[in-house]
Amino acid sequence: MLKIENKNVVVPGELLSEGMDYLPSHGTYREGNNIRAQKLGLANIEGKVIKIIPLSGRYIPKKGDTVVGKVIDVLMSGWRIELNSPYSAVISLKDGTSEFIPKGDDLTKYIGLDAFIVGKITNVTNQSLVDITLRGPGLKKLSGGRVIKVSPAKVPRIIGKGGSMIRLIKQATDCYIVVGQNGYVWLKGEPKEEVIAVDAIIKIDAEGHKSGLTDEIKKYLEKVTGRKLENSEVENTEGDTNDLQ
Amino acid sequence: MTYNKRLDGRKKEELRKITAKVGVIKNADGSAEFQIGNTRATAAVYGPRELHPRFLQDPKKGVLRCNYNMMPFSGMGNRVRPGNNRRATEISMVTTQALSPVLDLTQFPNAGIDVFIELDQTDAGSRCAGICAASMALADAGLPMKDLVCAVAVGSVGGTIVADLSYDEEAYKEEPVADIPLAIIPSTGEITLLQMDGEVDIETLKEAIKLGKKLTKELLKVQTDALKKKYE
Repeated sequence: MLKIENKNVVVPGELLSEGMDYLPSHGTYREGNNIRAQKLGLANIEGKVIKIIPLSGRYIPKKGDTVVGKVIDVLMSGWRIELNSPYSAVISLKDGTSEFIPKGDDLTKYIGLDAFIVGKITNVTNQSLVDITLRGPGLKKLSGGRVIKVSPAKVPRIIGKGGSMIRLIKQATDCYIVVGQNGYVWLKGEPKEEVIAVDAIIKIDAEGHKSGLTDEIKKYLEKVTGRKLENSEVENTEGDTNDLQ
Repeated sequence: MTYNKRLDGRKKEELRKITAKVGVIKNADGSAEFQIGNTRATAAVYGPRELHPRFLQDPKKGVLRCNYNMMPFSGMGNRVRPGNNRRATEISMVTTQALSPVLDLTQFPNAGIDVFIELDQTDAGSRCAGICAASMALADAGLPMKDLVCAVAVGSVGGTIVADLSYDEEAYKEEPVADIPLAIIPSTGEITLLQMDGEVDIETLKEAIKLGKKLTKELLKVQTDALKKKYE
């Protein structure tokens, strides 16, 4: 028997359901016959499965994620990347550049210290050793622009359903924007418009748990830029939180 | 003479006024403030993050580190010497042990979680306030935990069982006093902290613990409401 409603905010230890009618998924656990919450977040009930969409927390690297990271060290044969996470990642020589690198060459010539990159996580071991590659479409060393930090739990909202939210911001400001799953966002454009985009993203970060956010952001962007924005493909903003994973 | 009327006029099982707030420190991954009577604790959680010094790292699970600190002006007008002392070290340790059973840190091998508990105002029951604040802050940080932790002091003054002793009661001269800080996991009723200062017989102790378990409900409600309020 269900003890809460869909999309309720629940706290750790809160009773979600009694009996064996429901199945525990991410962020929940079964204790005897009961299902309880294991995290602070929004309860999401899909059919018989209860899961929790976290509202906070650090980024934990996952295979296949696109991330924005910073070079913090140069190794014997690769680069160490900081990911706004408890664990740092490594880009191996082969994955870092397609150029030919002579033996014993200075690797900072290719990617220097403190540079930002956008990469894809290729592998994560049990002990959380992380590999990143720069080979692939859209993956590269970043130059210019600025990087801001947001809560990794809000990244799905910043991207929006099928990329609707981020497309809106790009349309309004003509900025290049890369949103890393780890909560680093890289932006590049005209200084004034960069600021507008940053403000919009900070707004989403602060209000990410509300529904109907796409419309609100659209109104906000139309007000500050004075542009008329096209309606994005998303019809209902009600189901917005569904694509939070 | 028995201790029938409490010094501050509360009922025997009545707690002092409690207020709680979550998200008070913006830089931290999670934070909370918990005030009970004149005791106020602020907890900030940083992490999971890389743990240094490295010899503390555990490849099997993450490590929880708590730090309890009373601010120099927090006492009754006599300056508390800043920095670590025997008492603070002990309370840091028992706080860590009170919170560890609810946390599931197996997902964070080699990482560390730091909890800083600061008290800017104290009037007995500071370790309990600290544990309450810390458990809310850990939940706010989005860490996997099976439940919150509720902590409260119970005790006996001259044989009368009372809840949530104030400093004046703790220091009551005319009758023997026992002060028993408790931390309880509400869903299972497990006790994660049990300390005692003073003298008490076994029957009174059992009664006092029973009272402590009864009070968890009240504390849990305050903590839960504060956590939910952040997302209203």
